[in-house]
Amino acid sequence: MSAPPTPKGASELRQRLVKAGPFLGLLAVVLFFAIASGAPERYLSANNLRVVLAQTVIVALGAIGMTLVIVGGGIDLAVGSTIALTGVLCALAIRDGWSPILAVLASVLLGGAIGLVNGLAITRLRVVPFIATLGMLGVARGTAKWLANQTTVNPPETWVNQLAVTFPPVPWMVFAPGVWIALVLAAAMAFVLRRTVFGRRVFALGSSEAAARACGIDTGRLKLAVYGTAGLLFGLAGVMQMSRLRQGDPTVAAGTELDVIAAVVIGGGSLNGGEGTVLGSMVGALVMAFLRNGSQQMGWPSYVQEILIGVIIVVAVAIDRWRHSQREDVE
Amino acid sequence: MTAVLRISGIDKRFGATVALSGASLEVQPGEVHALLGENGAGKSTLLSIVSGLERPDAGTMHVHGEPYAPRSPRDARAAGIALIHQELSLFPHLTVAENVLMGVEPRRHGLWDAESARRTTREVLAEFGHGDIDPDARLGRLPIGAQQVVEICRAIATRARVVLMDEPTSSLPRGDTERLFALIHRLSASGVAVVYISHFLEETRAVASAYTALRDGRSVGSGSLGTVTNEELIAQMVGRTVSELFPKRDRPAPSEPVLEVEGLAAPGLHQASLSLRRGEVLGIFGLMGSGRTEMVRALFGLARPRAGSVRVHGRDRALAARPSGRLADGLGYLSEDRKGEGLALPLSVADNVTLTRLSSCSSGGVLDPARQRAQAAERARELDVRLRGTGQPVRTLSGGNQQKVAFARILHQQADVLLLDEPTRGIDVASKAQLYEAVARAAAAGKAVLMVSSYLPELLGVCDRVAVMCRGRLGAARPVAEWTPESMLEAAIAG
Repeated sequence: MSAPPTPKGASELRQRLVKAGPFLGLLAVVLFFAIASGAPERYLSANNLRVVLAQTVIVALGAIGMTLVIVGGGIDLAVGSTIALTGVLCALAIRDGWSPILAVLASVLLGGAIGLVNGLAITRLRVVPFIATLGMLGVARGTAKWLANQTTVNPPETWVNQLAVTFPPVPWMVFAPGVWIALVLAAAMAFVLRRTVFGRRVFALGSSEAAARACGIDTGRLKLAVYGTAGLLFGLAGVMQMSRLRQGDPTVAAGTELDVIAAVVIGGGSLNGGEGTVLGSMVGALVMAFLRNGSQQMGWPSYVQEILIGVIIVVAVAIDRWRHSQREDVE
Repeated sequence: MTAVLRISGIDKRFGATVALSGASLEVQPGEVHALLGENGAGKSTLLSIVSGLERPDAGTMHVHGEPYAPRSPRDARAAGIALIHQELSLFPHLTVAENVLMGVEPRRHGLWDAESARRTTREVLAEFGHGDIDPDARLGRLPIGAQQVVEICRAIATRARVVLMDEPTSSLPRGDTERLFALIHRLSASGVAVVYISHFLEETRAVASAYTALRDGRSVGSGSLGTVTNEELIAQMVGRTVSELFPKRDRPAPSEPVLEVEGLAAPGLHQASLSLRRGEVLGIFGLMGSGRTEMVRALFGLARPRAGSVRVHGRDRALAARPSGRLADGLGYLSEDRKGEGLALPLSVADNVTLTRLSSCSSGGVLDPARQRAQAAERARELDVRLRGTGQPVRTLSGGNQQKVAFARILHQQADVLLLDEPTRGIDVASKAQLYEAVARAAAAGKAVLMVSSYLPELLGVCDRVAVMCRGRLGAARPVAEWTPESMLEAAIAG
């Protein structure tokens, strides 16, 4: 007896299509600009790819950390300020004669410390993440301006300035060192979330905090680990920011947290927690980067990019909601 | 035989509120022990203390004769004590295996050992007669009955010796309740003790053999359920005999119908026709998923009807209406979902009571708080709501008092037709009796009451006529004297 295609098979196919959603979106954006620009060979050239990737590094590093936070059911609004503060620290330290490696390390650790303070406010003071990190947004930005004396800090030329350049210092690297660092860290975070006990507990925390506590998980310490780890990544993003600008600018990266959150959300992360993948977030970051780059190549004014990105965020989440309701119908 | 769990003289205060004072409990291995008491008697607080979520102010606990003082749920798990919550506490986004083993993960070099997790989970599920559940399935995609199996398997996976269950059936359809009881019996047969909280005495008797009754945070009685009557149990829980749980009512005089519904259809509802008269209480009985809630929601404009007609006071009304339109028609609605939909929990009692008719205490769109408080206080007195003041947030009231506030709102609204969906779900016996009284008073005052319930005794005790809902179809309403619990159940299952 030949069975008709089972509904289960059909729904699995749809599931796969749905999972590929962010990729299809990325493909659509790239194809659109390749054709619309009238010069696909230029838009898809290795050089333009280098430009886009180098531009993405900062948001990508932020999105790796933010994926962890959002999967765990939290949010961090202080990313932009953290980037500014750690970038300023990095520039100051190098200017004051620290060895570059120490300066980078100090900036990353400062990012981690900021994350821990956020985590403590959330767990000990019981302030909801939105408010705790909103407070940190102001504190970190103000501290950055204070440290930098309200002006930019110009360090001498070191290898740190080469980290996030568009063209790598040595041609065999193909892409900037920062791109490779982001790739390695993305792979590492994907592994941590998927395969380690810590990662599964973060999913459990975001899925249902009460249930996680009932399972004997120390949710307070887990949150500290989540915000602290994310902070390290934001600190590294600050180093990349300093590298790109070749100076510490306390006013830089205002609003970057929204790009970072948008990347995670476009990539399938749910602000209700328990859902999200690093791969999806990276694709989300690339969607925005290609869109910006394409708009620039088309000569569109920057307000068009802003409107487009705003629309894409809402459409991506609407599609996500729609697919959730589809799932419920299948059952 | 040593008790597997012995609790004596536990005190616990939250600020000025005494939650427990001298609570004791002794549970033998393999026993299903019912913890009885009204809402606010301290049952849930006691379970929180045993499971390490709260710490007692005084008193001692022993597990298998060993002193036991858990500082966190982790300590409780280590001592072999697992809590199963009122609402399922699971991770819908994770797999079955991850749900079962969360907190006791099999590790290899700090990594989640997926292979071993799958194997252990399959063993535990098979041990429990549910080898059909796939350890790799996403939990959120399983039916609710299977999810409960997973939650119980989590307790087994930690080798729990005592499983605490806080109203596990409150969100379950009947078939799943029976399956749960089978699971509980299997647990106790394997030597695991179960402490079971439920509001339903009948249900408690079906599953438990021993009981402890709590009143005002104190243990007031314990023993075997086989040698005690329901009346004695209620007397222990309430502190007085509830000789008459249900009010005496005069049958309403025949009169014109207030609400007439013909062939109503909506998502989840195939067909419902009914007619409701002044002064009458019409009961609707149905199992979960039978369409009873869908019918009320469609009537009140919360779901979009597909077909049918609705007449109020003999006049045709728009079929597709919004709740605001139905309110204007004189319909009042009491949701079965008290916390989600029935009440605005953070708002005050005064706000909640007057919300559907703020015009009563405002002029020109400006509220008169004094008038609002006075009106709410009067309704609260009428229903004997226990509160410090009408400014108190509804969130801080006990379940029974919250429900009285929700009921006070439709009284304040001055609705002619009261649509009550599970009006006494999850509230204590004394509050139930008061609500029945209030329903009887409303009917005597000429209101028409539609009462949807899955609790047979209250339908038989309060209603004039009852109709049974089965698979989305509403049967004919018959006088309550023509029904028996058996015939109602049969109609609900077979149609």
